[in-house]
Amino acid sequence: MSWTSNELMVVAAARRLAGERVCFVGIGLPNLACSLAQRTVEPDLELVYESGAVGARPERLPISIGDPCLVAGARAVASQFELFAFYLQGGRVDVAFLGAAQIDRRGSINTTVIGPYEHPKVRLPGSGGACDIAVLASKVFVIVPQSARSFVPKVDFVTSPGHFPGRDTPGGGPDTVVTQLGVYRFVDGEMTLTSLHPGATLDQVQAACGWEMAVAPDLAETPPPTEDELAALRALDPERVYLG
Amino acid sequence: MSEAVGRLVADGDSVAIEGFTHLICHAAGHELIRQRRRNITLCRLTPDVIGDQLAAAGVISRIVFSWMGNPGAGSLHALRRRIEHADPEPLEVEEYSHFGMVSRYTAGATGLPFFPLRSYSGSDLPAANPRIVPMVSPFAGETLYAVPPLNPDVAIVHVQRATADGDAQVWGLLGCQKEAAFAAHRVIVVCEEVVPESVVRSDPNRTLIPAPIVDAVVEAPGGCHPSFAQGYYDRDNRFYLDWEAISRDPAAVAAWLDEWVYGLADHAEYRARLGAERWASLAPGEAWAPPVNYGSYR
Repeated sequence: MSWTSNELMVVAAARRLAGERVCFVGIGLPNLACSLAQRTVEPDLELVYESGAVGARPERLPISIGDPCLVAGARAVASQFELFAFYLQGGRVDVAFLGAAQIDRRGSINTTVIGPYEHPKVRLPGSGGACDIAVLASKVFVIVPQSARSFVPKVDFVTSPGHFPGRDTPGGGPDTVVTQLGVYRFVDGEMTLTSLHPGATLDQVQAACGWEMAVAPDLAETPPPTEDELAALRALDPERVYLG
Repeated sequence: MSEAVGRLVADGDSVAIEGFTHLICHAAGHELIRQRRRNITLCRLTPDVIGDQLAAAGVISRIVFSWMGNPGAGSLHALRRRIEHADPEPLEVEEYSHFGMVSRYTAGATGLPFFPLRSYSGSDLPAANPRIVPMVSPFAGETLYAVPPLNPDVAIVHVQRATADGDAQVWGLLGCQKEAAFAAHRVIVVCEEVVPESVVRSDPNRTLIPAPIVDAVVEAPGGCHPSFAQGYYDRDNRFYLDWEAISRDPAAVAAWLDEWVYGLADHAEYRARLGAERWASLAPGEAWAPPVNYGSYR
């Protein structure tokens, strides 16, 4: 049986959703991870979207974070003020997904600019809800392709704060990072490799990281995707819009 | 639309065109372009395709925003050219998070001098934007961040149905249009269909914006395309994907604006030009909510 690195990332993220209740979902791979978790480890997972759809039950693969399929059949539709104030700031979001253009060893994420803010080399989309999520969600999960360009010693701009010294925020910050090479958790605020994907090596991890990556003493190997997981995942994205 | 935009939007105004993926009034954006408005400040959480078109056409000189991308399809190259290379002219940016933007409208709508939120701690956003200010709670002594009110000169809100007076009803994703409308000095409601007052009065819970704060009502069916109107038409994802390629090339953007905006008299012509087949491909199936009993109390 074979699988792609996108499939492995989604499966690894979905497994980490076991026991979670309310999940703030992003579009693309995070959406697949949440939908897969509902079909495997966590049937009761509640999907909440930044657009205001609460308890969504999409009947097709959403193509945007505000896809109309997220509204039809949802438990509730919240205004954006309600969503950010009542749900997120009110402490009712257990886990939220973020993407990253750059991430550092403390889990701080840049999605704003490459280069200086006043004269950016590349203008990225900006925060959206990401900064709010990073401060307020109980846990943050990140799915990101890992390379020496994305795993940097210092992000050009902190859009979404990680485990900075003296962090005293309602939310717990970054909890899990999933890449094509492994799963990382935060130990005393430091990103630490806890599980290496099948076929990946520590040398590959280090070559795709701009600092010396910490490795957990009890480093595990990520169990390969099961047939059931792969079948459920492929049924979610039959045209491989996000799986590639 | 031509009359409403001509009468209510002046050069130099700040204009909120909200709608979070849903009900984004491209028809009004195109009319701003067609009337060659200048020095407009666009207030919009997500200045997506419409923001790119307004930037390319030289309508806007400033954006107040929180996320700038072509969702699921790529980048906004006209906006990026202006920000990264001042090409063909610079664009001023004032940037928040989504919660910060929504809080700004809420302060504006409720007449407060600021709105406090528990975001931004540890982020570089307050350093990049001096209008995101740390403050100490007068009760518990905690540090919060304050953002100032946002009171746009004009809010343009697209809705599914409205009365000729402006009672405006929405279902599906609500975004922050209510906050933006109540915060604005003038409000233009654009609707898929004008309905009799009795329709609105039979279901007042669905009213987002009441007529007394509305200055103009425009009927423009299909006016959100390529965005969507829940129950009326789906998002035209093909357009968003096409825009990624168009947006990369300034000449292609200019040609698109000539063909689809300057070359057309109004949105009815845009709708016709898009063609029945394209509209049919965007038609959703049906999913009706049962009616509720408000009761009769004579």
